[in-house]
Amino acid sequence: MNLTLKVWRQANSESKGKMETYQIADVSPDMSFLEMMDVLNEQLMTQGIDPIAFDHDCREGICGMCSMFINGEAHGPDRLVTTCQLHMRKFKDGDTITIEPFRARAFPVIKDLAVDRSSFDRIQQAGGFISINTSGNTQDANAIPIDKHDADKAFDAATCIGCGACVATCKNASAMLFVSAKVSQYSLLPQGKVEATDRVMNMVKQMDEEGFGNCTNTGACEVECPKGISLENIARMNREYLYASVKG
Amino acid sequence: MKKVKIRYRKNANGTSSIRLNFFDGYETIDGKRKAKRLIKTLPFHLFTSPKSKKEEKINITYKKEAEKIALQWEKTLLKEKISLKGNNVTKLKDFQLNSKIPEGNLEQKWSNHKGKINLVSPANKRLIDVIVVGTGLAGASASATLAELGYNVKTFCFQDSPRRAHSIAAQGGINAAKNYQGDGDSTYRLFYDTIKGGDYRSREANVHRLAEVSTNIIDQCVAQGVPFARDYGGLLDNRSFGGVLVSRTFYAKGQTGQQLLLGAYSAMNRQIGRGKIKMFNRHEMMDIVIIDGKARGIITRNLVNGEIERHGAHAVVIASGGYGNVFFLSTNAMGSNASASWKIHKKGAYFANPCFTQIHPTCIPVSGDHQSKLTLMSESLRNDGRIWVPKNLGDVKAIREGSLKPTEIKEENRDYYLERRYPAFGNLVPRDVASRAAKERCDAGFGVNKTGEAVYLDFASAIIRYGKEQAHVKGLDENNIQTVKKLGKQVVKSKYGNLFQMYEKIVDQNPYETPMMIYPAVHYTMGGVWVDYNLMTTIPGCYAIGEANFSDHGANRLGASALMQGLADGYFVLPYTIGDYLSDDIRTGPIDIKLPEFEKAEAAVKAQVEGFISNHGKKPVDYYHRKLGKIMWDKCGMSRNEKGLIEAIKEIKELREDFYKNVNVPGKANEFNEQLAKAGRVADFLELGELFAKDALERTESCGGHFREESQTPEGEALRDDKNFTFVSAWEFKGAPSKAKLHKEELKYEEIEVKTRSYK
Amino acid sequence: MTLVASSIGRKVAMALSGIFLVLFLTQHFSINLLSVFSKSMFNQVSHFMGNNPVVQFILQPILIFGVLFHFVMGFVLEIKNSKSRKVKYFTYKGRANASWMSRNMIFSGIVILSFLGLHFYDFWVPEMNYKYVEVLPLDQNRYFDELVHKFVSPTRVIIYVISFIFLSLHLFHGFASSFQTVGVNNKYSVYIKKITTTFSIVVPFGFIFIAIFHHLR
Repeated sequence: MNLTLKVWRQANSESKGKMETYQIADVSPDMSFLEMMDVLNEQLMTQGIDPIAFDHDCREGICGMCSMFINGEAHGPDRLVTTCQLHMRKFKDGDTITIEPFRARAFPVIKDLAVDRSSFDRIQQAGGFISINTSGNTQDANAIPIDKHDADKAFDAATCIGCGACVATCKNASAMLFVSAKVSQYSLLPQGKVEATDRVMNMVKQMDEEGFGNCTNTGACEVECPKGISLENIARMNREYLYASVKG
Repeated sequence: MKKVKIRYRKNANGTSSIRLNFFDGYETIDGKRKAKRLIKTLPFHLFTSPKSKKEEKINITYKKEAEKIALQWEKTLLKEKISLKGNNVTKLKDFQLNSKIPEGNLEQKWSNHKGKINLVSPANKRLIDVIVVGTGLAGASASATLAELGYNVKTFCFQDSPRRAHSIAAQGGINAAKNYQGDGDSTYRLFYDTIKGGDYRSREANVHRLAEVSTNIIDQCVAQGVPFARDYGGLLDNRSFGGVLVSRTFYAKGQTGQQLLLGAYSAMNRQIGRGKIKMFNRHEMMDIVIIDGKARGIITRNLVNGEIERHGAHAVVIASGGYGNVFFLSTNAMGSNASASWKIHKKGAYFANPCFTQIHPTCIPVSGDHQSKLTLMSESLRNDGRIWVPKNLGDVKAIREGSLKPTEIKEENRDYYLERRYPAFGNLVPRDVASRAAKERCDAGFGVNKTGEAVYLDFASAIIRYGKEQAHVKGLDENNIQTVKKLGKQVVKSKYGNLFQMYEKIVDQNPYETPMMIYPAVHYTMGGVWVDYNLMTTIPGCYAIGEANFSDHGANRLGASALMQGLADGYFVLPYTIGDYLSDDIRTGPIDIKLPEFEKAEAAVKAQVEGFISNHGKKPVDYYHRKLGKIMWDKCGMSRNEKGLIEAIKEIKELREDFYKNVNVPGKANEFNEQLAKAGRVADFLELGELFAKDALERTESCGGHFREESQTPEGEALRDDKNFTFVSAWEFKGAPSKAKLHKEELKYEEIEVKTRSYK
Repeated sequence: MTLVASSIGRKVAMALSGIFLVLFLTQHFSINLLSVFSKSMFNQVSHFMGNNPVVQFILQPILIFGVLFHFVMGFVLEIKNSKSRKVKYFTYKGRANASWMSRNMIFSGIVILSFLGLHFYDFWVPEMNYKYVEVLPLDQNRYFDELVHKFVSPTRVIIYVISFIFLSLHLFHGFASSFQTVGVNNKYSVYIKKITTTFSIVVPFGFIFIAIFHHLR
């Protein structure tokens, strides 16, 4: 199929960007979206145009590195997939596709479609861990039985890949789904309960400092999340936060 | 010091190199009198005519250092009574491989060793810097533990966050000899299975240590909040994996690697928050810096702004993973590369067993020329899925034309070839065996997709089996096929839901209704940088851990063992063994990055980068990578023969020459330039590929993932040659891959009887 | 204090003030509804509300504070939120993943605010004037007639109807959302959602019904 692509081009973080239009022909419906971008880049290089920079790595939907805003949606029109797993069969011949970077104040653009998501790392560094040393001299793994339902819920929260689709899609660029997924994972497990108060206070503080917006419960993040992280986690974090604030 | 003389030789660039000349009299060979001589060039230079006080000072320090080394060298040579033959000119690195396996019983080696090695006191650890390259399971866990112990750690990754390292994509699980299931598992059994699975080409002591610490890993991860799967009693659940007869694999649905990596990442985050780890995202290691023969730092390129930076440290740990991407199409991430390993190889680290590559049997088949990577379907699927192809070529033809559906083929017309050939292990034979069997069927014309390179992985019978079980539990009609199917699908979904979803997204077929199509793909590299028992490479102070080293998996890795090895190396082995080396460094002080060695390494890196940018060739980097991949897959892939390998060596060499002449790298050096980064990586693959083929050519036996067509039984099974090949091939770089020199580390099996591997 | 300074704290304050306003709305609605059934009862209750010192000097200021707080906070959050994405998207398909109501709380809020201006002008200002500025004599029976009088004009009724539709939209998202914000999201949430949805339809349309009822009479 033949497509028209409108792509955000920005040379570096300081320069002003703009949308550019490119044509691409003979796209196979079996291609992934990123493979289509590879083909486009090869085409641009033969024309002497700088190839489009975009982040990608594992291309199997788990590393969380790919990050495009396609036709007005994070990771494009398909559900529960990252851009690398979005396939061209979701588009029609003759379609015009707009491709933009994930936009948020806390995600400055590095070049073209690649953005800097290190704010997510800093939030994790503020408290996204359990403070035990890594000597292996802990108690036996089966010493504390954990309710299967809690373990499963903790797992579901822990499947967050940190791609930032929640921030990109949220009309307020809020990072609540991301932060709450980590807070939830640990607060559901007995190992994580010990420092739950400090964790939630520190992580939320860092989140606010990074310049993310406020949650207004639109639920867009949950819909666009490639891993289907539930809004329930945000409620849980709110709860934990209120409790922690009162406890002091 | 009588026999060693120090000689200086002027270089063109205003420096003099220092050579040690060991002279041990004369001997007569073929009637000619020849000196018995050994020459060693030291890796640092003097200023021929010092221009400043500083340069003079450097000269004095180096001369003193040279004297020290000379004295030491003489002592060793005299002690070891090395017999010198002929006019023997050798370089520094030319020593006997010493794997430093501790004395004692196999079971006690590790604990004895830990008890005896030198330690660095907590106060002194603060004075020592360690560089870790890579943030996968091995790199992240090593960084966290080193920082925890008190070292100053600098960690580097090329991704935008350490959490993205490709360990994250591991699906199935992690092995540990916990014996929670009470099915007769033990440390010994895990050790034995791993050696056997590795086709008796791994180092016994390392594997035993791995099996010993495996249980700690699970305890550690659970304490860190890794949400492993649990049963209704709240205890940890296990599943079974290929090549073993017990259930010892811990898992978190199909995302075990992700959960373990996020655990290690969280441990790292804690240390970053405490300021003990300094994290460098989007940085690529470009070279290692060696001073006085020791690893003392690295040169990196900041991938955002292209800046070339110097980083000094007292030790360098390479944890940058394997080299599967030399095949272009593999299950590795797009960015996975071998550059760090290859750069240290070129600076003196031996590269071991490069031809041992694992081809994973269950991947999604290639769909077309545009394909950029392959996606793995976890081996755990083989627990419940049955692999088959049609028995009749007529059916195959009809399927390819689309006139017949696989579900319409009757049971008696299906060939469950693994169950037929290997009744004991059936669908759970090790990966190399399963892969070759698939290739055998497809080569015979039974491949079930358009390209003829796919076999079926069928869950229909598992769905029925689970469905009946559930119907029985719930007191429903076990004969109602609709109910049974519905219940069965729920069970299968709860076990493999995310894998099935992934398959459906990529292939656009519903695997609950129609069998999956799978085909083998390159997945893991057992070979890697040669390391001793302490995980140190042949460059003093340079370590390699995780997939980057070669030590534990022999010629074939068992499923769920890569995660185990990465974490074992990172959490529990390296942080202790590195102390043995660093205990000599407590008085060294900070490493000066203004030393000429840093300057030289940086200049070389800059020259390479500039070379690519100013090349202005015609062909993109990917053209070369694709071509290399095709040569590798066709001639060094699932089965190899002498003719093909010789051709491969020649073709890769030609391709490499063409690459340097005609590659096109657009953009500038001082910006975010993906093509430039890729060019550097492909340049290294183009050398590594040749060594790979050379190694495969040298090893004329078949073992594990390495199948030489010349060496097989009449039934087509791999035929090992223990008499001639029970060794590790460790290659020394000598200026070009073709000139690489082979060193052999003999493998001794004290505890295990070397047997023919049979899964029949 | 950390509570109000943080993003979650602000949201909780928003949710709690919202729930408070919902309670007020319920009360207001119940009294207004009386006007449909019984003139005398309506007058009686209105008189109580208008002259009881607890209602007038404690509850009324709290209510005014609640209203002001909810609005001011709403604007503060909106400004902060729009700052968190400086370069806007060229294409943003909000409808693909979130309801119109949830994305446009600020607009429905502004409509309601404008309506409140009118409402204060219609009822509250004359009332305050009556009681505290001109200090006219107490009249227990004036309330119903004042009410009916206001709904004579069709323009005003139309404005009322439109405003209440917006209130409905605002409540539709806001009421349920406030539970999520204070941390209630569990297996009962489906029922909460049903209740809040019913509320956000019944109450505003009840108000509309009352307005039209009196207009047509």
